[in-house]
Parts: sequence; C-alpha cells; structure tokens
Amino acid sequence: MAVSSRNEATRGWGNLLFALPFLSVYVWLLVYPLLAGIRLSLYRANLFGGEHFIAFENYVRLFRDGTFLQALGNSLMFVGLTVPVLVLLALMLALSLNRATRFAAFMRSVVFASSVLSVTVLTIIWRQVLVPDGGLLSHFSHMIGQAPVAFLNDQRLVLPSLAVITVWWSLGLPMILFLSALQQVPRSVYEAAALDRATPWSVFRRITLPAVMPAVILVAAYECALQFQVFGQPQLLTQGGPNGASRPLVLYIYETGFNHWDIGYAAAASQMLFALILVALLVPQAARWLHAFLKGRRA
Amino acid sequence: MSRVRGRRVWQGLRYAFCAVMLILILLPLAWTVFLSLRNNVDLMRQAPLSLFGPYTLGNYGELLKNRTLFRWFFNSMVVSGFSVAGVLALSSLAGYAFGRLHFPFRNWLYAFVLMGLAIPDQSVILTRHHIFSTLHWHNTYLALILPGLSAPLGVFLMTETFRAIPKGMEDAARLDRASPFMIFWKVLLPQTVPAQASLGIYTFLLSWNDYWWPLISATRPDMFTLTEGMAAAQTNYAEVTGMGVLMAEAVLAGLPVLIIYIAFQKHIVSAITGMVKL
Repeated sequence: MAVSSRNEATRGWGNLLFALPFLSVYVWLLVYPLLAGIRLSLYRANLFGGEHFIAFENYVRLFRDGTFLQALGNSLMFVGLTVPVLVLLALMLALSLNRATRFAAFMRSVVFASSVLSVTVLTIIWRQVLVPDGGLLSHFSHMIGQAPVAFLNDQRLVLPSLAVITVWWSLGLPMILFLSALQQVPRSVYEAAALDRATPWSVFRRITLPAVMPAVILVAAYECALQFQVFGQPQLLTQGGPNGASRPLVLYIYETGFNHWDIGYAAAASQMLFALILVALLVPQAARWLHAFLKGRRA
Repeated sequence: MSRVRGRRVWQGLRYAFCAVMLILILLPLAWTVFLSLRNNVDLMRQAPLSLFGPYTLGNYGELLKNRTLFRWFFNSMVVSGFSVAGVLALSSLAGYAFGRLHFPFRNWLYAFVLMGLAIPDQSVILTRHHIFSTLHWHNTYLALILPGLSAPLGVFLMTETFRAIPKGMEDAARLDRASPFMIFWKVLLPQTVPAQASLGIYTFLLSWNDYWWPLISATRPDMFTLTEGMAAAQTNYAEVTGMGVLMAEAVLAGLPVLIIYIAFQKHIVSAITGMVKL
C-alpha cells in the first residue's frame, strides 16, 4: 500500500506540472525564437511582412558583404585581445589573493566591484578617461609633455582601447572562479610539499597549476562566448567607428535588423554568432573527450 | 638562504602587482566621483582641474530635480523586482521537479533545458522582438520582465540544490499523505533559502544591468530602465545637463548595485561558483 502510493506520487505525469511554468516560458521565448530565427534566415524578409523563401542566399550574401566580414574580423580580434589578458591577469590576481589576510579580502572585493556596474555606467566612466580634451589620460599626457591621444578615433587604437575597458570591467568573474578552484586543493598537500622542501616553482608546477587548469580552460571558453557578444561598449562609445573599425557582430546584427529592418538577413548574421558561440563552448568539451579517449587507448 | 631571498622577491613582486592593479581599478572610479563634484563651468574650461577644488554638490542637487531619472529608477526597481520573484518561483518549481520527482522523459527534458544555456540573447532577438510586436506588448513592464524568465541558469542551480538535500527528508511527510506540493512548500523549500538568496541577488544584478533587451523593447523614454536611461543621458548630456551632472548620474546609477554587492558579496560569489558545476 505504502509502496504503490509512493509510486503514484513520484512517477506520474502529474509531477511534470511543477516544471511546466518554466518550460512554457522557455519554449515560448527562447527555443521557439531560436528555431523561428533559423527559419527566418532562409527568407528575404522585412518588417512590412513581405517574406520570400530564398534558401541560403542570405548566407552567401553575408560572405560577400565587406561590412559583415569586417564585423566578423573585429569580433574575432576583440576576443583575441581580451580573453588571453583576462585569463592571465585573473589567474595572477587569484594566485596573489588566495590567502586569508584582510588586505587580500579587500582586494578581492575591489576587483569584483567594477563587474557589478552596468555597461552604460562603464562607458560614461571610461569616456571621461579616454577623451583627448579633458580626459584623465590626457592630463597625464600633458604632464609628460605629449599631445593627448584620441584613443577612440584612431582605427588602430579603438579595438585595443575597448579591450582594455572590457578587461577592467570583467576581471572579477574569472578571478573568483580561479580562487574557488585554488581553494579545492587541501592545505595538507601544500604542507606535505613544504616538508619535502619543494621549491615554490615546483609547488606551482606540480600542485597549483594542475589544480587550476580545468578552471582555466572553462573560463577561457566561457569568456570567448561572452566577448563574442560584446555590444554596449562600441555602440555607446564609438558607434562602431571610425570606418567600422570597432563594429562587432552584435552591433552589425542590431543595425541590420533594427535600423535597416532587413530582418531575414540579420537573422542569418545572428546564426553565425550562435555558431561561433557554440564552437567556443564545445571546443573544451571536445578536447576533454579527446583527452579521455587518447588516455584510454594508451592504457 | 637563497631560497628565503627568492621568497622575499616573490613576496615583493606580489605586493607590487597588487598595488598596480588596485590603482588601475580604482583610478577611473575616483575620477568619476571627482568630476561629479565639480561645477560645469570648471569642467568646460580646457585648463587642468585643480585637486584642491572648488568642490560642489550642485550636480547632485540637479539630479533631485530630475523627474525622468526617478521614473527610470522606479522602472528598474519594478522590472528587477518582478524578475527576481519570477525567476525564483519558476526555477524552484522546476528544480523540485527535475531534482526530486520522477516523471516520464524527465532526464531528456532536463537535458533539453540545459541546452538553452548555450543560446545567447542576441541570436534570438529578431523573433523575440516580433513576438512582442504582434502582441503590442513593447513599452510595457511585462515585456521587460518576461524574457529574463526564459533563461535556464536558475533551473540548473535549483535542480542541483534540490538534488543535494539529503534523501529521506520527505519520507515522513509522505507517510502523512502530504501532496507533492505540500512536500515542496513545507519540507524542501525551507532547505533551499541560501541558494534562493544567491540566485535572487544574481538575477537582480543581471536584470538591473541589462541593456540589450530594454534598448530594443522600451522605446518610449518613460519606459526606460535606469541602465537604458544612462545610455540616452550620455549621448545628449552636452545640450541637456552638462558633464558634471552626467557624472553624478553615473555615480547614482552605480551606487545601488555597489551597495547590494557589498552587502551580499558572499551570495554573489556562491551563485557564480555554483554555475561552474555544470
């Protein structure tokens, strides 16, 4: 009797009801828009309802579109500029701050604080740091007798400048993830190493590094996915200029979809973004599987 | 002996690195506060500003007269507040179902939900915009709140939380013939309060800081969130308010999130480290 009522209570379709509210919003506002977007990318469509099936023509057009290719290049460049620096600095911070002193705790709080600001506050702050007339850096330039640099108006400097801003904004998250990986190592391991008179370098190479390596790979992949989505910094600070030098993919999608209302074409560009992000997220997973597979063969 | 010296050198390098990072992180923030305390006439002059003043709170006084700013602040409170309530409710119910109950295709459905973690908001924007257009819901609170509820992260965190509660907690209640909902409400939900706090604060920050969706959905200035409003403010400050006021606005817009961050730092950290278990 008790057993059968338990089965009724725990195995029935009725239990699905608890997940249903979330599942309906999820399907309605995330899964359906994704699938409908993929369908839309196969149409020539604009806001006024004209829809015309053209198969992969939008995608072919993308790869002949200089503006799109430039935006794709900018996005890849931006990821290349931000992610390695982010991972390295965050790792150095985590290694320096993985101790129970007050200063370390204070420093951890400060590093993460900038991450809780919105992108619109971020750009207000940094415009007044970077502008050549009256910006913080221009004052330093004057002090050493140099003409101030127009960081955001220089085609070669604009992406690196946006990368610096982004690193300043995003260091907190990877640092916290690295710290939590470091704290997984039991203290007894370090104590044993100290008893064996291990050098700091060998402790780092044989204990610390293997402990954080999975987190490093995870963070690098996650940050790639995140930085491919960069939008607010260039949209607010440079509008993608000068000459498109700072227009990333998402700004391109935004302009194509919501300024030119060429929505089928913009949907195709959105799928390219989605594909890039999937690759970024799947590569470390695939690497892990490959690693396990090769290890299995060797054994 | 040389090993001790090596360690000292490392120690020195570590402190130097920390000091440099501290300055680099704090300097832009200090500069913003500094500018917000100067009057617009001084700021318009090209000459370098003296560190010794004159300082003024006039820019902050200007803000108090700004009705739109309070409207944006109110909108942000409404949107973030309901987003937190919605995410917690939906995620807890679904987390209970996936983590604690059995039903056909449960694991398949859970995998289906986790796949959503890879879908970026930007790549669904065109059709999402279309959905709200056909319903004539743009420029409403509902439109600003709903898309945030479709994110699967909360369900993942809650499923893990419910799963981690020791087995057998609900056995006594089940013998008393409590319904699955009563078991959820009376027995299990109270066990998840710390995780609810983490997810709630994380959701609040995410919703408060979201720029992408409000930019597309809320086109009427009276429906802007504070984050979106700060975008409008910085593109036309020269004609409207002057730079000092803009900087004061930035300080005021940053302050609520900074206060929440300082007050609930532990919860934010545990929400972030919880995500990694995936």
